[in-house]
Amino acid sequence: MAELRALVAVKRVIDYAVKIRVKPDRTGVVTDGVKHSMNPFCEIAVEEAVRLKEKKLVKEVIAVSCGPAQCQETIRTALAMGADRGIHVEVPAAEAERLGPLQVARVLAKLAEKEKVDLLLLGKQGTFASQVTVEGGKLKVEREIDGGLETLHLKLPAVVTADLRLNEPRYATLPNIMKAKKKKMEVIKAGDLGVDLTSKISVVSVEDPPQRTAGVKVETTEDLVAKLREIGRI
Amino acid sequence: MKMANSLRGEVLSLYKNLLYLGRDYPKGDYFKRRLKTVFLKNKDVQDPEKIKELIRRGEFVMKELEALYFLRKYRAMKQRYYSDTNKTN
Repeated sequence: MAELRALVAVKRVIDYAVKIRVKPDRTGVVTDGVKHSMNPFCEIAVEEAVRLKEKKLVKEVIAVSCGPAQCQETIRTALAMGADRGIHVEVPAAEAERLGPLQVARVLAKLAEKEKVDLLLLGKQGTFASQVTVEGGKLKVEREIDGGLETLHLKLPAVVTADLRLNEPRYATLPNIMKAKKKKMEVIKAGDLGVDLTSKISVVSVEDPPQRTAGVKVETTEDLVAKLREIGRI
Repeated sequence: MKMANSLRGEVLSLYKNLLYLGRDYPKGDYFKRRLKTVFLKNKDVQDPEKIKELIRRGEFVMKELEALYFLRKYRAMKQRYYSDTNKTN
């Protein structure tokens, strides 16, 4: 029915449940041997793309990730959730750490052009959709704003980012992971797309957030009011 | 496990799936050990109806696990990224 093609970008990140530790030399966080998984918001984006395909509004879902070899595991999860094929933009680990949003955006833009993509679904950033449908060759997106819901009609091709409340992602079960191994996975280099990955930003230092200062206990309500006045809260 | 071949296959699949799903379960080894204990406890069950019932229970546990994981993740994301909206409530 619909001939729309969707591209979903997925990022391999440190698992949300892991306690993050800063490296002693303060150049970054510890990633060696640490459990990694797909960014939860990317999961929501993949789920939405797959649901659109199940509703026959989208014909093909392509999962993309930029980074070292382990990114393929993340793409594999997207395939297990229902994406049709994967593209791994290979970036060596050291360079991947310095990869900024601008560089990734350039890669995605080139890929979207090359694969003739109509819809790009991404994890949360800024404003985001809580409902997505296709209506008459246009994309109908509902998003939450201060004071209510806003409905937008977007011409295609379009980029949509996913809100926490957009959907509940399915779990990639073992049988699906196995089936996903048969799906196509393409590996390319950023250079093949003609994208320059050099960054104009460098990381100066990475530090722990300040420790939470101890709370103050007061004896009576009068004390509480006095204290609040003291620190200018009332 | 002596039973009809198809059921044997189903039980083995169920065990493998539960094992895979259980990797994310908190408390370290807890889930894996319990899973093994429970399956071994029922290894001599012969009645196909009873076996099917046990399989259904296993599938129910799988659904429970998926729900647990989803809730944990949702709650964590909500706390981390939507805390400013919480404050207005």
